[in-house]
Amino acid sequence: MTTYRLRKGGSTWRRYVDRIMTGLILLAVAIAVIPLILIVGDVAYQGIPAINLGFLTSLPTPPGTPGGGIANAIVGSALMVGLATLIAVPIGVGAGIYFSEWPESRLSLVSSFTNDVLAEFPTITLGIFVYIIIVAPTRTFSALAGAAALAIVMVPIIARTTEESLKIVPVSLREASMALGIPRWKTVLKVVISTGRAGLATGILLSVARAAGETAPLILTALYSNYIPKSLLQPTGSIPYLIYYYGSSPFTDWITTAWGAALLLVAFMLVLNLSVKLLIGRKFAGVRAEI
Amino acid sequence: MGYQTQEGDEVSARPAAEYSAKIETRGLKASFGSNMVLKGIDLRIPANRITAVMGPSGCGKTTFIRCLNRLHELTPGASVEGVALLDGEDIYGKDVDPVSVRRRIGMVFQKPNPFPTMSILDNAVAGLTLNGVKDKRTLRQAAERSLRGAYLWDEVRDKLGNSGASLSGGQQQRLCIARALAVEPEVLLMDEPCSALDPTATAKIEELITTLKNEYTIVLVTHNMQQASRVADYTAFFYLGKLIEFDETARLFENPRQELTERYITGKFG
Amino acid sequence: MANLSKSSRRARSRGDVVLRSLVATAAIGIVALLLVLGAELVNNSGLSLTTYGLGFLTGTVWDPVHLVFGALPFIYGTLLTSGLALLIGLPISLGVAIFLSEKARNRRGMGSLLGALVELLAAVPSVIYGLWGLFFLVPVMKNYVEPPLHSYMGFLPIFGTTPIGTDFLTAGVILAIMIIPTVTAVSRDILNAVPNSQREAMYSLGATDWEVTRKAVLPYARSGIFGATILGLGRAVGETMAVTMVIGNAPSISASLLSEGYTLTSLIVNQFNETTSSLYASAMVEIGLILFALALAINFFARVLVWRMTRGARFRI
Repeated sequence: MTTYRLRKGGSTWRRYVDRIMTGLILLAVAIAVIPLILIVGDVAYQGIPAINLGFLTSLPTPPGTPGGGIANAIVGSALMVGLATLIAVPIGVGAGIYFSEWPESRLSLVSSFTNDVLAEFPTITLGIFVYIIIVAPTRTFSALAGAAALAIVMVPIIARTTEESLKIVPVSLREASMALGIPRWKTVLKVVISTGRAGLATGILLSVARAAGETAPLILTALYSNYIPKSLLQPTGSIPYLIYYYGSSPFTDWITTAWGAALLLVAFMLVLNLSVKLLIGRKFAGVRAEI
Repeated sequence: MGYQTQEGDEVSARPAAEYSAKIETRGLKASFGSNMVLKGIDLRIPANRITAVMGPSGCGKTTFIRCLNRLHELTPGASVEGVALLDGEDIYGKDVDPVSVRRRIGMVFQKPNPFPTMSILDNAVAGLTLNGVKDKRTLRQAAERSLRGAYLWDEVRDKLGNSGASLSGGQQQRLCIARALAVEPEVLLMDEPCSALDPTATAKIEELITTLKNEYTIVLVTHNMQQASRVADYTAFFYLGKLIEFDETARLFENPRQELTERYITGKFG
Repeated sequence: MANLSKSSRRARSRGDVVLRSLVATAAIGIVALLLVLGAELVNNSGLSLTTYGLGFLTGTVWDPVHLVFGALPFIYGTLLTSGLALLIGLPISLGVAIFLSEKARNRRGMGSLLGALVELLAAVPSVIYGLWGLFFLVPVMKNYVEPPLHSYMGFLPIFGTTPIGTDFLTAGVILAIMIIPTVTAVSRDILNAVPNSQREAMYSLGATDWEVTRKAVLPYARSGIFGATILGLGRAVGETMAVTMVIGNAPSISASLLSEGYTLTSLIVNQFNETTSSLYASAMVEIGLILFALALAINFFARVLVWRMTRGARFRI
C-alpha cells in the first residue's frame, strides 16, 4: 500500500519560478552571444571585399582614387607596438617577479594593487599624460610617444600574467633548487625561464593584442600620417586610428577601407588569442578575466 | 538467512530480529565518470533507529548516503543505477522530483555549513522560508522548536540576529542540525558530523543524535568505530564500494561474521 | 674553510640583492607612474583650476571661443551612459555567469565554448565596436528601436525627443555590450569561488535550482558581484572610441535618452588636439583629471571588493 508522495505536484509555484528563471538565464546567454556573431559577421562581410595584396602594401589614396592601401598604418602599428613591447616587457616581467617572490612585502601589496588599478584605467588619460611628458616637450606627435602610451597599457597585463604563471610553479621545484645550494636569484631566473616561459609568452601575446587595438591614447600621442614613418619623432599612422578616422569620414571608399582594416585587426586578435589558448591550454583561463 | 550478492558469495547482512525498513536499496551503484565507487548495495535501513555506516576512507559510505537524497547526481559526471526505496517508493522513479525527496530526507554535512549571510534565526528556518512560510511568529516558533531540538536554544536565544558564522564549530554544526530538523524530515542523513569538531562538541552532538531517533530514522556515516558503537543501533560495514556486513551494532562488534569486518574492527587495517 | 663559505655566502647574497633591487625598481615604477600621472594632470590643469574653481564642475556651458568652460554636460553624459550600460548589461552578465557556474557544470563542452566566446568579445578592440555601432547599431536603433519607444512612451521625459540614432541610449547599449564580457568573467570566477557545501546545504533542504542560486550562491557572493559591477562601471566610464562614434557629440543635459550627448572621454578625443589657448588646454587637462579621479575612485572601490572575495581575507559579512 504505497502512497506516491514523491511524485511531482505540490509547490507548483516554486517549480514555475525555477522554470522561468532558467528560461531567463538562457535568454541572457542568447542576448550576450548575439552581438558577438553580429560584430564578427559584419566585420567579415564588409571587410573581405576590401582586402587584397595592394591593400596591404600600398599607401592610402585620396577619396575617390582607387587602389589605396593601409601600408602606412600596418608599419606604424608594428613599429609602435614593437617599441612598446621592448619598453614594457622588462618592467612588467620585473614587477611580476617581485609580486610573486616577495608577496608579503608592503611594496608588493601597494604596487600589485596599483597595477590592478592601472590595468583598468581609462587609456585616454594615459594619452594625456604622455602628451604632457613627451609630445609637448618634443613639439611633435610621434611614434615614440605612441609607443610610450602603449607600453603603459601593456605593463599591468604582463606583470599580472608573469605573477600568475610564477605562482603556479610548485614550491617543491623551487625548494629542490635552493636545497642544491643554488642562490635564490639563479633559482628565480631558472624558474622564470624554464617553467614560467609559457606564462611569460602568454602575457606578452595578450598585451600585444590589447595594445594593437588601442586607439584613444594614440590620438593624443602619435596622431596619424599617410606615409611610412622615417623617424620616431614624427606623426605616425596606426590601424586602429585609421579605422576611426576613415570610418567616421563621409567617403564610401574610405569606409570600405576602414572595414578592411577592422577585419585585419580582428583576425590578428583571433590569431593571438588562439595562440594563447594553444600555448597554455586552460591553465590561465581565469587570468584573462582579470585583464 | 543471508542472501546473495552479485558475485554469489554469502553475505550476512540481515540482523536476526525482524524490523520495518524506512529506506531500502537494491543493487545500488554509483559512479564518478567511469570510476564506480558503489558496486551494488542491498541494504534495508530500519525505521526510527540509528544506523551507522562505517568503513575506511574511500569505501563509498559518503557516496551511499548522498545517493539516498539524490545529492550525488549533482556532481559533474556522477551517475546512479539501481533502486532506492523510501517507504516503498522509488526515489529514482521517473516522475519523482528530487526536490520532494530532499524535503523528506534531511542532511547534515561533514563540515558545518551555515549560510554566512543569514542570521541564526534565518538559518534555522531557511527550509521553511523556501516553502513559503512568511509569518514572523510561525517562523520564530519553528526556530525555537528546532533549536531546542538541537540543544542549541539556550546558547543562542539572546543573539538570534547574529550571523550563523559567528558561532563556534560545534554550535554551527548543531545549528545545521536544527536547520535540517526545522523542515520536519522523516530521515536524517549525517555525514561524519563530528569529524571537524573537538571532543566536547562531539559528545554533545552524539547525545543529541541518540535523542532524535524517536522521531527520525537516522543514517550516520562515520569512520570512527567508537562512535558507531556508542550511538548506533545497527551498523553497516562498507569496504571498497561493497556492503560487507550489516547487523545490530553490538553483535557486529562482538561477533562479526565476516573475516574482513573482524580485521577492520580489530584495527588490522583501515 | 670558514672564509670560503663566508665569501660564497656574500657572493650569493649580492646576486640576490641585485635581483631584488632590479625587480623592486619595476614594482616601484608602477606606483610612481600612477603618482606622476596624477601629479602631471593636477599641474597642467592648474590654470583652469584657479580660473574656474568648483564652477568648472557645475558649469553647463562649454564655449571655447569665449573661454567659458563648464564640465557638467560631459560628467552628466558619462554618468548617464555608464548607468544605462549597467542597467542593461548587469542582468545579462549575471545571467551568463550563473549559466556558466551553475548550469553548465554538467555540460563542460558547452560551458567552455561559451566562456571562450565571452573572452573573445572582451578582446575585440573598442574602435571596432565603434565602427559596428556607427554602421549597424545606430541605424537599427534609429529605425526600429527608438521610434516605437518615442511614439508609445513619449509621454515619459526619457523618451521625449525625436529619435536620431546617435544618442545616450545607443551609447548605453554599446557600452552594455562592451562591459558584459568583463562583468560576466569576474562574476563567474566569484560564483565559482562559492563553496559547494553552501549549494548542497540549500539543496538538502529541498530547494530548487533557482532557490539554491538565489538564496545560497548569490548572497554568499554578493560583495564580489558588487565589485564586479563596479569594475564594469569603471570600464564604461573610461570607454572612449565606441562612445565617441555613436553618441552624437553635442553637449546637452537632457532628460531624454533619445537626445545627442557628450562624454568626458569623447570630449578629450574631439577637442584635445584643437586647443587654441593655454586656458583651453588647461581646461582639457582638467577634464582628464576629472576622469582620472572618477576612474581612480571606482577602481579602488571595486578592487577592494573583488580582492576581499577572491584572494584577500576570507569572506566576512
